[in-house]
Amino acid sequence: MQDGKNQELLTLNSGDLAMPYEWSIGLYGSRFFQEIREKRRFLGIRCPKCQKVLVPPRRICGPCFQKLDELVELSDQGTIKAFSVVNYPFIDPATGRQRPIPYTYGYINLDGSDNIFSHLINEIDESKIKVGMKVRAVFKDQAEMEGNIQDIRYFEIIR
Amino acid sequence: MARRVAIVGTGQTHHRSHRLDVNGRELIHEAVERALKDCELTIRDIDAIVIGNMDHFESINYVDTWSVEGSGGYMKPIMKVTTGGTTGTSVAIAAYYHVASGLFDKVLAIGWEKNSESDTTGAIITCSDPVWDRFSYSGAIPSLATEASAYMEQYGATQEDAARVAVRERTHAMNNPYAQLHGRPITIKDVMESAMLAYPIKLLDVCPRTDGACAVVFAAEGTAERIAPKPAWIKACAVRHAATWFGDVDYNTGLLSLKRASLEVYEKAGIRHPVEELDVAELYLPYSYAGLKWIEVLGFCGPGEGPKFIWEGHSDMGGKLPINPSGGVMSTNCIGATALLRTAEAALQIMGKGDKRQVPDVKTALATGFGGCWWSDAIIMSSKKP
Ligand SMILES: [Zn+2]
Repeated sequence: MQDGKNQELLTLNSGDLAMPYEWSIGLYGSRFFQEIREKRRFLGIRCPKCQKVLVPPRRICGPCFQKLDELVELSDQGTIKAFSVVNYPFIDPATGRQRPIPYTYGYINLDGSDNIFSHLINEIDESKIKVGMKVRAVFKDQAEMEGNIQDIRYFEIIR
Repeated sequence: MARRVAIVGTGQTHHRSHRLDVNGRELIHEAVERALKDCELTIRDIDAIVIGNMDHFESINYVDTWSVEGSGGYMKPIMKVTTGGTTGTSVAIAAYYHVASGLFDKVLAIGWEKNSESDTTGAIITCSDPVWDRFSYSGAIPSLATEASAYMEQYGATQEDAARVAVRERTHAMNNPYAQLHGRPITIKDVMESAMLAYPIKLLDVCPRTDGACAVVFAAEGTAERIAPKPAWIKACAVRHAATWFGDVDYNTGLLSLKRASLEVYEKAGIRHPVEELDVAELYLPYSYAGLKWIEVLGFCGPGEGPKFIWEGHSDMGGKLPINPSGGVMSTNCIGATALLRTAEAALQIMGKGDKRQVPDVKTALATGFGGCWWSDAIIMSSKKP
């Protein structure tokens, strides 16, 4: 870019950096992924105060500030509460590569839980997807599972 | 008992998508210089500074330490506040607390961002939970889009309804020489025909990426009246942070944090009917659908009535309650400065310094901030000392 006096305005680039991190999933989060891997089953946790079942399970209910310990089995089916068909290109900071588009991500209320679960939905035609539709989780084969969120491939609409 | 506090001066940069003519420090300095000039103070008059931005955007953290010659903070108490999109209002409210506490008389609040220097979407994605959300999360636009999808289903609102909000913002921006997108008005058709970024959000439904900074001077009662002929008195402010689990957001109850923050400021300011009692509102509306849903949450109209309120022109200049005479976030979004710009623009209106974007005879103004995991701040200002 040039300024008013035709002087070139320079920028400096950071270059390609690899920045690996490692995150603890925690006690209940680890249980959640083990349950998916071994039994293809979702786990939530019930708050003793508000009685809400939250997924993924965690140690504390934010609004109630209560310690949680009652794990609850959930269905692998649920209802779409919100979604978007993502259509613009961007770099995934986890991989440093462009995330394949278009894809649909949404928030699903799993049967038996009171909050919503964020994941992919395998329908990219916005005329064929609606808030309120029922969906079902599709899992990876057990041998391919790695104990992370991608052990659930996506949710598919039950038609 | 807290001291009364007023805004006595504001300054902002000329906002552009790329400000290659300045580095971060110089950008900050541009806003600070203008704010000091606005209230005829020098940096020596300033007792303390609160500064903020979106920490990891420019990949140069600790702005409080590296920008001292830009902020004027040499040998002064400086505090950094970073709360995501709310940063600007959080900075303002922290500056207010500094003065209200009685510890400082004149405090400078600064917000800034050079979004051209970062991968904004990549940086925003790193705000999401790395274990649970980051794999599917795709930054600000789709997360707002999901909210829009739920709102449309709940109340039958349409993409055209949202487009009407975008048209208002860009029409208002024509009056604001500082706005990034102040060049030309847009039509509903323009919005509808713009590229679909993330259903139902199209290119013209959402804010731009901006380089810019804003600075605001707060002063205590006794000092404020001497500095400014018409100070903008802070009547009430509130901060609400919601759950950080994205999955704990209830899309059907409105924006809970904004609801709670606004209820608190209305109560403190004695406001019962916001549309009648507020003269202007500078709202942090990062996308068009927020201009429908969030005004319901703010009590400007009933649930599901946002579209009707907008179409009837109540929020246009000359309407019952003009919203965003500046052109709002959809015309300028230098994220760490964005909510401070709402604060500054609301103060400008009370001080009568709005030039072409001035709403006549403003006595009470509302400014809001929005950010991160559905956080909200709200500030009410008054021309009368509370
Ligand atoms: Zn609870």
